[in-house]
Amino acid sequence: MSAPAPATPTRVTDTTVTTVADLRTLRRRRQALVVSGMVLVVLVAGTAALLMGAAGLTPGQAISGVFGLGDKGDVFVVQKLRLPRIEAAVVVGVAFGLAGALFQSTLRNPLASPDILGISTGASLGAVIGVLVLGLSGMALSGLAFAGAGVVALAIWLLAWRKGLHSIRFVLVGVGFAYLGSSLIAWAMARSQEHEAAAVLIWTVGSVSDVRGEQLTLVAAGTLVLCAAAAVVSRTQGPLALGDDNARALGVHVDAARVGALLLAVALVALATSAAGPIAFVALVAPAIARRLVNDGGAALVASAATGAALTLAADVIAQHGLLGVAAPVGIVTGLVGAPYLLWLLATTEKRSR
Amino acid sequence: MTNLRAEGVSLGYDGLRVIENLDLTLPDGKITAVVGPNACGKSTLLRGLARLHPLDGGRITLGGADITQMPRKELARKIGMLPQSSIAPDGVRVAELVSRGRYPHQGWFGRHSSDDDAVVTTALESTGVAELADRPVAELSGGQRQRVWIAMVLAQQTDIVLLDEPTTFLDVRHQLDLLDLLTELNRNQGTTVAMVLHELNLAARYADHLVVMSAGRIVAEGLPSDVLTREVVDEAFGLRAQVVPDPVAGSPLVVPVGRYHSK
Repeated sequence: MSAPAPATPTRVTDTTVTTVADLRTLRRRRQALVVSGMVLVVLVAGTAALLMGAAGLTPGQAISGVFGLGDKGDVFVVQKLRLPRIEAAVVVGVAFGLAGALFQSTLRNPLASPDILGISTGASLGAVIGVLVLGLSGMALSGLAFAGAGVVALAIWLLAWRKGLHSIRFVLVGVGFAYLGSSLIAWAMARSQEHEAAAVLIWTVGSVSDVRGEQLTLVAAGTLVLCAAAAVVSRTQGPLALGDDNARALGVHVDAARVGALLLAVALVALATSAAGPIAFVALVAPAIARRLVNDGGAALVASAATGAALTLAADVIAQHGLLGVAAPVGIVTGLVGAPYLLWLLATTEKRSR
Repeated sequence: MTNLRAEGVSLGYDGLRVIENLDLTLPDGKITAVVGPNACGKSTLLRGLARLHPLDGGRITLGGADITQMPRKELARKIGMLPQSSIAPDGVRVAELVSRGRYPHQGWFGRHSSDDDAVVTTALESTGVAELADRPVAELSGGQRQRVWIAMVLAQQTDIVLLDEPTTFLDVRHQLDLLDLLTELNRNQGTTVAMVLHELNLAARYADHLVVMSAGRIVAEGLPSDVLTREVVDEAFGLRAQVVPDPVAGSPLVVPVGRYHSK
């Protein structure tokens, strides 16, 4: 870099204006490309999920079933069994992906996700208590899972707040709660009968096989509302990513913005886990993948949501159709993919820029 | 005028008072440098002036109006501030980082307009980093990176720019380069610049108004040639020194004595 020529700052060459505008367009295009790619994965995996299964439907029967045409039995299989499961995977995946992206960008920590922070564990614990102690099922059980996530989030909050929210303290306190929650779950399961433990397992692993009807509508509507709210919050993510002081100097109400984003993230996680349990690693991995693909230093909220949906649905197809040798809940597959990814992430996140 | 002024300001951390009842006015359209020993409260003062640090007492006014009564975004259109050692997010490119300086000028759903592009371009060009627009910030050298951060503050289009130790981590040549850049900004656009500096002699050369602090109070302020005397250096830094005219600029040059090496 040579010494600057005595600058004439009013000189705005047209070429550089185009460059700045071009770079912006390029960035948008890249984001759109990543989102489209993920939507394509959702479409492919969704089609596969529609066509595959024990009922032995032909592609024609399956497609007409989507529109309510053809044999009543076929329509039932498609509309009551297969479609809800696909929709559930997409909705829950969007919620986890977006929640993870909000956590990670707001706390400026790529490891901040509801799994690591114990918020999902709180939902599991709520459900486990619901099944084993209170004998609940259905919506009441989901309500308790929702409450479990909320209680843990609140507890982290109270312990981490010191005249403002400090990211690293929030993460560390959350990790503590995750261990506490897991221990309590293990303890409760050890004390339970075998058949009870099996019923509870789903709440510790996560599954989209039983999310349908009213509950699906509720979760979908809630996720949609929270996504819209996230669009408002997303404006502050750019400045926030530069650090608290820079964000304040740019006119952001840092504490308010952070509290708002985290509340949204917690609500998304609570909603998704209340229906499907803590599907492991989606909230951690989806934003990391999305950010790597978009790679523009932004929070990549939309891309993370799309990646979450693609990941969850693809994993569910693999899980459901026994590609692991046995039909398994989706959470096991995401865990199998997510854990190695986490290790790789841990091994490669040393380079930080000043 | 739009004078930024501290009136009887007290600042501190968790009950520990760093600055007590301090008055300071940044002269409009001038370059002010704040110097002082470590932990004298100079950075805290600058952060207070930018409303990054809550006041324990007194008030900070801009053109007579209390800045804590102003909406944050409005304040961010009037005062720009570059905090110490800012860290760019992974993957962010130069033009995108500089564009974030437009935040206070955009609404809730604000999108970048062509006006924003023109402002960002001007900021890139006047800091000499236009050719780097599409480069990831992480790949740049320290000197280039600091210019990019200054470009971001310039994109905020404020009449006042505050900088907390902008030359730290830069070698001598890039320190001069950066201070020249700030001088150009001040001379060409009349921007009021105030910065905390470590390097006394550069501060004396580049500042129109020099503020010497020690233990949370102002020891002396005014023209560098009036302010930077042996007595003041001794009082503020506890340093025995000779002060001679800088052979290049004529500004005071502090030559410390130390315990050895005296003729």
